[in-house]
Amino acid sequence: MDSRRSPARLALIAPPALYLFVFLAIPMGLMGLLSFRPALRGGIANFDWTPTLEHYRATFAEGGYTRLLWLSVGVALVVALITTALAYPVAYFLAFRAGRRAPLLLTLLIIPFWTSYLLRLIAWKIILGTNGAINSFFLWTGVIEEPVGLLLYSRTAVVVTLVYVWLPFVALPIYASLLRIDRSVLEAASDLGARPWQRLLRVTLPLSAPGVFAAYLMVFIPTVGEYVSPLLVGGSKGSLYGNIIEIFFGDGINWPRGSAMAMIMLAGVMALVLLIARLVNVRRIVEEP
Amino acid sequence: MTRGLLRWYYLLLLLLLYLPLGMLLLFSINEGTSLSFPLRGVTFDWYRSMFDNGQLLGAVGNSALVASGAATAATILGTCASLAITRFDFRGKGVFLLAALLPLVVPFIILGVSLLILFSALGVSRSLWTVAAGHTVVALPFAMLVMMARLVGFPRSVEEAARDLGASYFYTLRRVIVPMVAPAMLAAWLVAFTVSVDEFVIASFTVGRDPTLPVYIFGQLRFANRFPQVVALSTLTMLVSIGLVVLAERLRRSGPGEAKAA
Amino acid sequence: MRAPPAVELINVEKRFGDTVAVHPTDLVIEQGEFFSLLGPSGCGKTTTLRMIAGFEQPTTGRILMTGQDVTGLPTHRRESNMVFQNYALFPHLSVFENVAFGLRVRRFDKKIIEGRVEATLAAVRLLGLAKRKPSQLSGGQQQRVALARALTLNPSVLLLDEPLGALDQKLRKEMQLELKRLQREVGITFIYVTHDQEEALTMSDRIAVMNGGRMLQVDDGATLYDRPSTRFVADFIGTSNFLTGRVTESAGDTTVIEVPFVGAVTATGLGPVAVGGDVTLMIRPERLRFGAPAPGDNSARGRVEDVVFVGNDILYLVAVDQTITLTVRGRNLGAEARTGISRGEDHQVSWPSDATTVVGA
Repeated sequence: MDSRRSPARLALIAPPALYLFVFLAIPMGLMGLLSFRPALRGGIANFDWTPTLEHYRATFAEGGYTRLLWLSVGVALVVALITTALAYPVAYFLAFRAGRRAPLLLTLLIIPFWTSYLLRLIAWKIILGTNGAINSFFLWTGVIEEPVGLLLYSRTAVVVTLVYVWLPFVALPIYASLLRIDRSVLEAASDLGARPWQRLLRVTLPLSAPGVFAAYLMVFIPTVGEYVSPLLVGGSKGSLYGNIIEIFFGDGINWPRGSAMAMIMLAGVMALVLLIARLVNVRRIVEEP
Repeated sequence: MTRGLLRWYYLLLLLLLYLPLGMLLLFSINEGTSLSFPLRGVTFDWYRSMFDNGQLLGAVGNSALVASGAATAATILGTCASLAITRFDFRGKGVFLLAALLPLVVPFIILGVSLLILFSALGVSRSLWTVAAGHTVVALPFAMLVMMARLVGFPRSVEEAARDLGASYFYTLRRVIVPMVAPAMLAAWLVAFTVSVDEFVIASFTVGRDPTLPVYIFGQLRFANRFPQVVALSTLTMLVSIGLVVLAERLRRSGPGEAKAA
Repeated sequence: MRAPPAVELINVEKRFGDTVAVHPTDLVIEQGEFFSLLGPSGCGKTTTLRMIAGFEQPTTGRILMTGQDVTGLPTHRRESNMVFQNYALFPHLSVFENVAFGLRVRRFDKKIIEGRVEATLAAVRLLGLAKRKPSQLSGGQQQRVALARALTLNPSVLLLDEPLGALDQKLRKEMQLELKRLQREVGITFIYVTHDQEEALTMSDRIAVMNGGRMLQVDDGATLYDRPSTRFVADFIGTSNFLTGRVTESAGDTTVIEVPFVGAVTATGLGPVAVGGDVTLMIRPERLRFGAPAPGDNSARGRVEDVVFVGNDILYLVAVDQTITLTVRGRNLGAEARTGISRGEDHQVSWPSDATTVVGA
């Protein structure tokens, strides 16, 4: 590691740092500022206003959006849980049973993730709709008499589509952490008498926990702000916290209020991320003698 | 015993993953505008009429432009950042890394909304430029991940040899490092490109008069009769994305001095 | 009624695709033995050990443990336990939990577990470290935890896969004697894999020398050293001098071989050898000495090419002929003893007839 204050170091770090400052830090700062502003009169660059906590209060108040926030968090928790649970056996299969074909099979799994997100949502819209694949198939085969309307436009539909969207991606970190387990440790467990299930519970799972945890967070955090899938398949009952923010910045113009809601979500995310960052670093320090 | 069970589980999951995509494919060659059973005739009309739709083609072009711009910016900035992180010590390295990788975990709506505020405050009207600026921010971490992985496995001794022979850091960078990691840079570019082409949320908040493809598609969802056309295009885009990702993966691993571990 | 052998291999063969890792082999290891599998890398010793443990299945053949056929039995149901080369300790468990693992899996009572773990830890002298994690231990300590973990279950057979490989010389030698002592105390059959012949000789009751997937010779250390059956075994265990010649006489205990440039060489204690055939003779360097032969001894003349000082010994390289160089090993008994033999001089070298042995190809 080079510690000298060489011009190279500055030249390398300045452009990206500057870019992130302008297009990441400042926007967040502006948004924060806006969240304390009573109303957007006179344009953004106008500083003739007194800060207020009104928007925050309104969000947390009775009839506010606290319930929706917790709902969105709940949906995100559930989506992350289902996705991780479904992905673990796949990752296990790839790490321990797939042998030489593993990279290929992994790639096959990942490919859907690299297709357009919007596209995959549309696919589910087609499948779940009243005129859609599932209904028309069962109508055609005579299983049902009338199309089932509730498949689409519900919170369940949102959960299902989100699980579908995230599933290919989630297997990756779990797979990586399973690969890192020293095989001889697993052999030792068997040698000492652990049956396959016991070995899974006592050795494999604990040792792959970091990967599972990472996977869970990678789904959970972005999903809290999810609003597109509710728009496409959620209907009126499937709206989430993100939808309200979108409305405040769209048709129901109220940027300050929307900013406040976004700031609340950001604060929660940052708290979680910093907590994780702290935990992980401390652990690494302990592990290195 | 479990050996077979796990394999079936994988295959089942794979099937379930590709089934909706298959449906889309069917939809794009189906006559009629809704995917109902029994299927009506097969037609390639939707693919053909795609080329007559000026708006559609315009949106494709816009996405390509934005993605190229964002990918280039993200790759350059990302390479600089990766080099700085893997080769130098500096105060605030942790903070910088956190900031650069933040878009990977922060909900995109927050990023999109804050960028909207920024452009509004600066008086910059929204356009493809603003979309590209936003996409660069989210593509940057992806580019960095690719480059850091490559640079970590890079033999330092080559750099040191060049320095020992009298080359300045910039010379070494230009003539030694960059040529050797060029395939990885290309891979990073392709990954960034793919990220941008598919990105919807940030685009929807920063787009101006000219839509990117996802924004356009979203807008067309109301028009049932144009729907299959849109799906046909999306299917094509999907195939292109897949091709690019496979190519990127091949490139990421090549280049001299690469530890064949990944 | 004799106790059944601890481990028996009956016509066991292991193939990986087209490669034969272990050729069809029969082997009997008695209970209470300290048995070593010795050979260079890739000779099949680890594969053999792993087949006994159950991590690999033999392609053909059967494996018996204490008289029972365990060939199809999975690892966790076998009565053997293994000490791995890299220790394979559970990184997420403390020393105590590592050692207790096998007992917990079998749902032993808490009190019993505590008692047994503490006893084993005391036996390997690690009691104070029970709460530590493996990453906080030195290599030698980790090795002892691995040992304790395997021993706690009172296996009928303990398998050790080059467990001392990562330790430094001094620690290695200490641990070798420790293991030997432990084995005698506990009485369990030890099957030990190593590529270090000195290590094998130090600890083992019997050794199987392997090469290229075959067991070349299975004997106790002294027999392997004095009467190696093949050239490879002779060379692997200690240094050797080889001579080739034709058998001219063989009567009772005595055999005479005609060796070019040396003359008639007598070997005793071999049993009948086919007359007229070509054989390879082997003599250990320390059995050669300078000076005229005593009655019944063999001798050869040559020029001293080199004198090598190796600390406790001195090696003399004597060229009998362009193609024959004999290595003579003499003890370093002080400065005076070292004079008398120097480079460039012609000397006579002698050795007793029972020091000559015939080795196979």
